[in-house]
Parts: sequence; structure tokens; C-alpha cells
Amino acid sequence: MSILVFIENAEGAAKNSSLEAVSYASAMSNGAEVIAIVFGSIENQALEVIGKAGAAKVLHVDDSKLNMGVIQAYSSAIAQAFEKENANTLVLAQSSIGDPVAASVSIKVGASMATNVTELPDTTDGFKVKRSIYTGKAFAIVDLSSDKKIIGIKKNAAVIKEDGSAPTIEKYEPNLEDKDFGVKILSQNKATGDVLLPEADIVVSGGRGLKGPENWGMIEDLAKSLGAATGCSKPVSDMDWRPHHEHVGQTGIKVAPSLYIAVGISGAIQHLAGVNSSKVIVVINKDPEAPFFKAADYGIVGDAFDVVPKLTKAINAANN
Amino acid sequence: MKILVCITHVPDTTSKIAFTNNNTSFDKTGVQYIIGPYDDYALARAVELKEQSGGSITVLNVGEAETEPTLRKALAIGADEAIRINAFPSDSFFVANQIAAVAKDGNYDLILMGRESIDFNGGQVHGMVGELLGIPSLSPVMTLDIEGTTAKMAREIEGGKESLEAELPLVLGCQEPIAEWKIPNMRGIMTARTKPLNVIEPTDNTTRVATNSFELPPAKGAIRMVDADNVEELVQLLKNEAKVI
Ligand SMILES: Cc1cc2nc3c(=O)[nH]c(=O)nc-3n(C[C@H](O)[C@H](O)[C@H](O)COP(=O)(O)OP(=O)(O)OC[C@H]3O[C@@H](n4cnc5c(N)ncnc54)[C@H](O)[C@@H]3O)c2cc1C
Ligand SMILES: Nc1ncnc2c1ncn2[C@@H]1O[C@H](COP(=O)(O)O)[C@@H](O)[C@H]1O
Repeated sequence: MSILVFIENAEGAAKNSSLEAVSYASAMSNGAEVIAIVFGSIENQALEVIGKAGAAKVLHVDDSKLNMGVIQAYSSAIAQAFEKENANTLVLAQSSIGDPVAASVSIKVGASMATNVTELPDTTDGFKVKRSIYTGKAFAIVDLSSDKKIIGIKKNAAVIKEDGSAPTIEKYEPNLEDKDFGVKILSQNKATGDVLLPEADIVVSGGRGLKGPENWGMIEDLAKSLGAATGCSKPVSDMDWRPHHEHVGQTGIKVAPSLYIAVGISGAIQHLAGVNSSKVIVVINKDPEAPFFKAADYGIVGDAFDVVPKLTKAINAANN
Repeated sequence: MKILVCITHVPDTTSKIAFTNNNTSFDKTGVQYIIGPYDDYALARAVELKEQSGGSITVLNVGEAETEPTLRKALAIGADEAIRINAFPSDSFFVANQIAAVAKDGNYDLILMGRESIDFNGGQVHGMVGELLGIPSLSPVMTLDIEGTTAKMAREIEGGKESLEAELPLVLGCQEPIAEWKIPNMRGIMTARTKPLNVIEPTDNTTRVATNSFELPPAKGAIRMVDADNVEELVQLLKNEAKVI
């Protein structure tokens, strides 16, 4: 028996969330072989890192046509790998690639699937996993009853291991058909160099209290002092002050950083739904009655235009 | 163009989430139900596409009789007919199978869904339906335009978006800003009463995931306030107490 792990290739390196998936698989493996599968051009050293995280073997589909998220092709290749490796489980990190791959493979191989999984499975009686539901407001314990299983993990479901040994690297050439390339990706447009919001360990978000897009410099400065990603509330992206992929909440990105700093955001329940998996929340708001304070760990009542630059300065001073 | 829009019947986003029966069922007391917000975007875009180039919109829900007011609301917003598959939506695979069965007979050009349901948060049903039908599925789709038999779309990816092109038929999971939510007008509400709402029984009862019980997250501890003139204290707390920076 073996456990497959789908690795997302971010321009030549495994995404951190995928390494979490490898370590999750390794922690639940109970003797089963952990086999990672990665597509497109990737550095050899990056393949080693996948071994350190817990994979015994890496299947590498070395085809530059597969560099960009070719979801249908990935699913076909993974379904074939299930057979080839006699696998009974697929673990992957949730993302804009991982989610659709999981859904499609689940039908191809006839697997029980759970996404949004937050902890290791409990196999004392059946195969139970805990998953986040109601947009972070509750959890469900679900039983995956089929022989084959697919687990989509939420950020922080596992800690990345670094003590694994060098993996066996195997070139893998699955059978791909024209129909696996039916969706044409014309272009991708991504913020480069910045910390990506869904993966960020610290997030600084701004709301309507910042008055306009011209005032985002101070949010970016604070984020930079912390190595953080920037986020925003829904009205801010609706008004085009910030791009949509920064919008946090019920209808936007769900983040799970260790630190979330909210500036000039009232704390509407729909915004909180996207941040309630954060470890520590800091709220800066001029209104002491702002509902966000009820969901926060630390708070400052004050004018953002005064507090934020001072805070950035204090952090930079503490860093030096 | 024939469009199928799959909608969920879910607690309003401000609902307090609680469970009963020894944490095995959702507590519906005082809860208002709405069309899933993402499904509402899908429906709004379907109405716009119909306004542009004609066709018909069918809305579908897999649920028990209590979901009918939600289907009627979708009819009031602009769908032409509704289908309710009379069963509790026990897992994503079960739901996907029911939707695929309707879609197989329906010859739809587009099957629009939300990127995810806000109760179950699976993000799975569209991908499963696409695979069951052997047609591509894409999610989360932020813009959608149809030119002949080709769909041009933008899909959100981490930190940005990609632009895509694919041939119909397609299954799409939608999110903003694909369209603005539509509020039903008086005329819509009146005509919705007489539009067809067909109830059909499930075709296949297979499920693959069983829900055993529910839990609520642990309550948050008390907040610690810091003076605006003493931001250094906050930095110290984050460093030494919370240990997050
Ligand atoms: C179905 C549905 C889904 C939704 N999904 C989302 C979602 O995903 N994400 C989301 O964010 N919202 C969502 N919303 C909207 C949500 O209800 C709120 O309207 C929104 O979060 C408010 O944004 P805000 O806090 O930036 O603005 P406001 O509510 O206007 O709050 C601004 C805050 O800034 C403070 N402020 C003003 N000036 C200053 C200053 N100088 N210094 C410091 N503080 C200041 C004010 O005291 C206030 O608390 C959704 C709503 C619905 C109905
Ligand atoms: N019971 C249901 N009836 C109709 N459509 C559904 C149902 N459950 C999910 N869907 C559709 O599938 C999408 C994704 O749901 P999920 O996979 O549960 O996150 C939703 O936004 C709906 O469009």
C-alpha cells in the first residue's frame, strides 16, 4: 500500500502547503510508502526537499507543457498513479489547483473525499477526519468509508518535517490525451515577489476605515516590516481600491496565519468568517465599539493614520 | 443557450451556528435561509447571459421540501423553471450524482454553480459533476463571456488570475465579480408563483462520506488592550507573550 501526495510546483519549487501535505501523509502513513507526484520543470534540490518532508519516492512528470496548472492532465496522471503504485490514499493541499484535482480524481478512482481537513485522521474505529465547516464557525467529524480516500488539508494541518532522507526519484510518463488539454490557459497574471495571502504566516489587512487606495502605503510598510502579506475587506476590493485576490472573508480568501492585523475594519461576521482560523488577531480601530474587538486577542483604539506608522517604526526598531 | 444553475439553501451569513441532538444535527432555531452567496453570483450571471442572447435557465437544488422558498426566490430573480431533487444532501458525491443525472438528459450548454457551499465548504461538487459528465469544470471563475460555442473566462489563482478559454459545454464554479447579486422585483416575485417547480426522486442513493458529529471551536480568551501612545508594548507582547513575530 502507498499514499500519494500531489505537489504543486511554484516555478521550480514545491509549494510550502504541498510540503505540509507530504508531512501529513508521512505522519498518517503507518508503514505505507509516501509517494509524491510533481509535474513540470523543477530543480533537483527541490525534489530533495520533498524527501526531507517525508516522501520516500518522487514521481516526476518532466514535461514543460505541464508547468502551468493543467488540471485535467494532473488528474488523469494521478488516477493512473493510483493504479501503478497500488495506492489507497491521496493527500493534497487545498488551492485553486488542489481542489479541482481532488474532485476529479475522486470520481476517476472512486474515492471518499474530505476537503478542509484540519487534523490527522483517527483510525481507531473507521477512518475519521475533522473538517472545518460553516466557513470556520464549526467542525464536522466525517467517516471516509470507501477503500480509496482523498484528503484535502487546510493550512497548518501538519508541521513540515525536515529530517526525511533523500527520496528515490522516478521519471513518470503517464498516458495523457488531447482531452486533458481541452482548457486553454491563455495567460497568467500574478503578483510576483510578494508573500501570497493564502500561504502567509502574517497578514496585515485594511478596511474602509483607510478612506482610499492612496493610503495603502502605510499598510504595505507595516506588512513589509513583518514579512507579511496584505489583505482587505470586501468593500475595499469591490471599490477597486485593492485587487480581488486580496479580499478576505466569507466570499473571499480564508486565511489561517499565526498573526492577523486588521486596520480600519469593523469586523462584520462575514469578514470574521475568513480570519477565524488565525492564531492571534490584532485590531486597530478608532471606534472602541467596533465588533472586531470581540474577536481579537490584542487591540488598540486609535486613528490608523497615527497608530500604523508608529507601529511600523516600533517593529523596525525591534528588528534591528 | 440552456443554462442549469445549481443552488444551495444555506443559513444566512450572520447566523449563529449551533448543534442539537448531542451534536449530531444542525440547530435550525431562528435561522434564516438564503441562496448560497456564490450560487447567487452564478444565477445573476445566468440571468445576464439570457438577457444578452436568449435561452432558458433551470435552477436545481438537492434538498428536502423546506428548500422550496429558496428555489422560488431563484425563480423570482429570473430562472424559468426549478427542479428539486427530493433528498437530504448527505454528501458531495450523492449531490453530484443527482446533478449529473439531470444534466445528462438536459443538454445544457452551461452548468453554473458556486465556488463552494457556505455550510459544507466542500468546493467539490462542480469538479465531480464535470468528471461524471466527461466535460471540463473550472472554479473559481471570476468573469465569463460566451462567443459562439467558446467560453472566455478569468479564474482566480493564488495571488492573481489566469485567463482561460474552453469549448461548451462546461461546468463552472462562480465567484465575484462575475456579476452583481440581483434582488427580485415585484413582477419577478409574482411570476415566480406560477413558474414550474418539479420535484423528482433521487436516482442513486450511494454516499461515500458519513457525517458523525459536529463541534464548535473553543471560545476566544479575553482581549488585551494597548494604549495608542504605547505601540512598543504591543510589539513586546507579540514577541514575548504571543510569540508570533
Ligand atoms: C453575503 C455577504 C458576504 C460578505 N462577504 C464578505 C467578505 O468575504 N469579506 C468582507 O470583508 N466583507 C464581506 N461582506 C461585507 C460585510 O458585511 C461588511 O460590510 C464589510 O466587511 C465591511 O467592511 P469594512 O470593515 O472595511 O468597512 P466598515 O464596516 O465601513 O468599517 C470601517 C471601520 O473602520 C473604522 N475606521 C474608520 N476610520 C478609521 C481610522 N481613521 N482609523 C481606524 N479605524 C477607522 C470604523 O470605526 C469602522 O469600524 C459580506 C456581506 C454579505 C451580505
Ligand atoms: N444540495 C445541493 N443542491 C444543488 N446544488 C448544490 C448542492 N450542494 C452543492 N451544490 C452546488 O455545488 C457548489 C459547490 O458546493 P460544495 O462542493 O458543497 O462546496 C455549490 O455552490 C452549489 O452550486
